Amino acid sequence: MIWQFDILILIFLVVTAVISLQVKDLLAASMVFGTYSFLICLLWAGMGAVDVAFTEATVGAGISAVILIATVYNTRRDSSD
Amino acid sequence: MSVMGSFIISQYVLDHFNFWVAVILMMIGLYAMITKNNLIKKLIGMSIFQTAIILFYVSAGVKEGATIPILEHHAAETEQVAAGDAGAEHGSVVGADHDVSKSSEKAPAHEVHEINPDDYSNPLPHVLMLTAIVVGVATLGVALAVAQVIYKNYGTLEEDEILAKIKAAENDG
Amino acid sequence: MKWIGLIAVIFTGGLLLSAMDDFPNWGDAHSPANSSPVSQYYIEQTMTDSGVPNMVTAVLADYRGYDTMFETVVVLIAGIAIMAILRVAKQVPGGAKPTPAHEVGDQHDIIIGTTCRLLIPVLQLFALYVIAHGHHSPGGGFQGGVILGASFILAAIAKGLDPALQRLPEKRYVKLAFVGVVIYVSFGVACLILGENFLDYGVLHELLPTMSAEEARSHSMLGVEIGVAFTVSMIMFAIYANLASKGELEGGL
Repeated sequence: MIWQFDILILIFLVVTAVISLQVKDLLAASMVFGTYSFLICLLWAGMGAVDVAFTEATVGAGISAVILIATVYNTRRDSSD
Repeated sequence: MSVMGSFIISQYVLDHFNFWVAVILMMIGLYAMITKNNLIKKLIGMSIFQTAIILFYVSAGVKEGATIPILEHHAAETEQVAAGDAGAEHGSVVGADHDVSKSSEKAPAHEVHEINPDDYSNPLPHVLMLTAIVVGVATLGVALAVAQVIYKNYGTLEEDEILAKIKAAENDG
Repeated sequence: MKWIGLIAVIFTGGLLLSAMDDFPNWGDAHSPANSSPVSQYYIEQTMTDSGVPNMVTAVLADYRGYDTMFETVVVLIAGIAIMAILRVAKQVPGGAKPTPAHEVGDQHDIIIGTTCRLLIPVLQLFALYVIAHGHHSPGGGFQGGVILGASFILAAIAKGLDPALQRLPEKRYVKLAFVGVVIYVSFGVACLILGENFLDYGVLHELLPTMSAEEARSHSMLGVEIGVAFTVSMIMFAIYANLASKGELEGGL
């Protein structure tokens, strides 16, 4: 794969991970976590792990974001840290 | 930057950049699991930790210049013919090889017969991680269910408030 | 607490990064992981053994079929555990009764409803394609199952949980989830009955005389993937339905 692309995605991964853990709104944190999953899926598709990327695209960016949002909806949206 | 410095950077950072980022993400997740006060944040940290490990495994299976671990379909037909011949004749290995070489001599279009392992990325880490992702989301669901029950019983998802309420309930009883 | 966590993280991360020097370079085809005889065997012999071009599916459903069977059982148990956790919680007396952070109106948007009505059949068809074509292209039981489950979740989000649960009630999805595991195990038991090892599909060609052993392996993989897809899709929907409605299976997101 193209290594510049690789490094760009890896840097974005760290940025999205930090944002999803730092933002005080849990709904935003769930959405940024979905972005994180999508980025890591792109990375795996570039590495040739197409099946893993496919699973991560459906599971990580789809289902886990949805069930996180469902839990946030049933509990509280704001977080202390 | 000196030549030596750039050499060291390429040696220690660029060649292992995926592993560096996997370790950094793992530590971000671990830090969140230790220090974050909100249970949902802890679970997001746990998921980041998990993807970091999966990233590490998949990075270990990458080969430079290799393609995805799916064979070409034309190779499938030749292989099946060859395997069928070998099976039908119950012949020795030498006989099977002879058949294969004959058929490849007849049909030079089917030269994709030899499979070089260096041409395909390693499928084993992919399989292990594929199931890990699906099991990971199922366990994340269990954790979120527990978080919902905690919220129902304590009215909060902040760790320190939950601990204070548990302590108060113990002092009462 | 933050300082203790920071120290622990820096210490662990430093240890891991100091070990980085011993790692093989990125993309090294001859690193120990890539040159191990096991993965080389998978790459070279998959086509001869089963005629399946996608090595990941072949390893998942055939060579490591035992592993995948219990991964499916783990997913099933996780779904049952979610139902159990949330059901028990309903009967806990004297708990605080927090209200949701915000209320969503009951009326559902006509644009969203129509779009989803058009989108869901396409999604389900694509899911079936992914399951059935998992031998030849990326995909398989897990991915297709999750897409199928996601299409039910989309219906539940767009039209409300109650109409979706009328189409797919709890009894039915739990049954179908178990049916998936039963399909998987029955392939293994069929191999046992025919006198081979558990999940050694090659022997199944005795059931159909026109099939060779390789074709039997290939087709058994498809059957096993269908079983996985049953369990995974139903459990994904069960996780969503229970988490979105706090286990009460009414109202919801």
